[in-house]
Amino acid sequence: MEYLIGIQGPDFVLVAADNVAASSIIQMKQDQDKMFKLSDKILLLCVGEAGDTVQFAEYIQKNIQLYKMRNGYELSPTAAANFTRKNLADYLRSRTPYHVNLLLAGFDETDGPGLYFMDYLSALAKAPFAAHGYGAYLTLSILDRYYRPDLTRDEAVELLKKCIEELNKRLIINLPSFSVRLIDKDGIHDLEKLVPVGAK
Amino acid sequence: GSESPIQFGQINPNIASNFINTLHQDLVLSFPPGFPPSCSPSVPLPFTMSHGTTTLAFIFQGGVIAAADTRSSCNGLVACPASQKILPVHSHLVGTTSGTSADCALWKRILARELRLYQLRHGRRLSTAGAAKLLAHMLHPFKGTELCVAATLCGWDGGERPSLYYVCSDGTRLQGELFSVGSGSPYAYSVLDGGVRWGLTVEEATSLARQAVYRATHRDAYSGNCVDVYHITSKGWARRDREDAEFKSQHP
Repeated sequence: MEYLIGIQGPDFVLVAADNVAASSIIQMKQDQDKMFKLSDKILLLCVGEAGDTVQFAEYIQKNIQLYKMRNGYELSPTAAANFTRKNLADYLRSRTPYHVNLLLAGFDETDGPGLYFMDYLSALAKAPFAAHGYGAYLTLSILDRYYRPDLTRDEAVELLKKCIEELNKRLIINLPSFSVRLIDKDGIHDLEKLVPVGAK
Repeated sequence: GSESPIQFGQINPNIASNFINTLHQDLVLSFPPGFPPSCSPSVPLPFTMSHGTTTLAFIFQGGVIAAADTRSSCNGLVACPASQKILPVHSHLVGTTSGTSADCALWKRILARELRLYQLRHGRRLSTAGAAKLLAHMLHPFKGTELCVAATLCGWDGGERPSLYYVCSDGTRLQGELFSVGSGSPYAYSVLDGGVRWGLTVEEATSLARQAVYRATHRDAYSGNCVDVYHITSKGWARRDREDAEFKSQHP
């Protein structure tokens, strides 16, 4: 039902998430923000089981902030991604595993932009583009076809729009709007919400 | 923690049935020994749980309206036709309850206690958002157990503005302007979505809330009997007289 997507460019990462918070067949909220700001240049996108998403994401968020308070500097995106994965792995074989699927997007001063794919089995993979949810089945091949490592920001947004249009056309679940954000050396920028229109 | 949350509050099944008898003053229930069969391998349920209800809450210019039916069902039996599903937490916060009646009543009381303690310790009332977060975090250790609480917290924050949060024992916590919870909620949603506006008068909002609950009780077998309506403003909560769902809808 839920959908996350990330596209890495040469000096930025573009991420988007749907805005629906659903309970069984009812959309309880149509403006839910599924992105969590871990630091000035790191975003965590989180979908999965109802309570686990917010609980886990806020837990990671507060721990990242605590690290900054204790040590005086922020964790890099790579370190944050590995920290998140470790926590998922530690809980995996406990009585209370977290069933969450994540995308972590960040910009590092030395390494540049980075996009990390994590799933509920605590797999971690750095990838140029990634998606979660049923929508991923429909959009990964579009990304395979049109992605280039030297995409400009506008081209990346156009590629994202292509993916959203395909979801609007073929996905059986209606996802009315998507939050979009871009991370670069200047931090996290809110872009215009994508609202697919027109008959499917 | 290392302690299993299932041990918390675990009660002897024999004591449970006596507790239920005193809880519902209208009806005296007695369960034959060995009934109902336990579905949980770890702890036997004292009685069959069921989650039939229609509750709703929405924000408008006049504050927050909360409405609920009054039927407590236990599978096919109406265990209590006059139960209270909207429980005041403090003077400016009210919670609708859905799920297991006992769980909801208990956790509302625990929440009220914790909010009062916060107020005494910090000299100010915790906001509705804070109360929702507190409740969500208190319920989180019980995820995966039989505990079932789905509540909306309707409150007025610091003399400023109305606030509405949905909190569920599965960990969900959502802020919004309109929520309906329970088995009758889809029916209520469809009536509310067509009528709720910011500019409603208090009378219109109350009437709409009653209509929505009535329509849900008509279609949902597990909702029925009367309708409770609460109205929360900057001055606190006020309870409307309980009226029969059917009577009011036909004599608006």
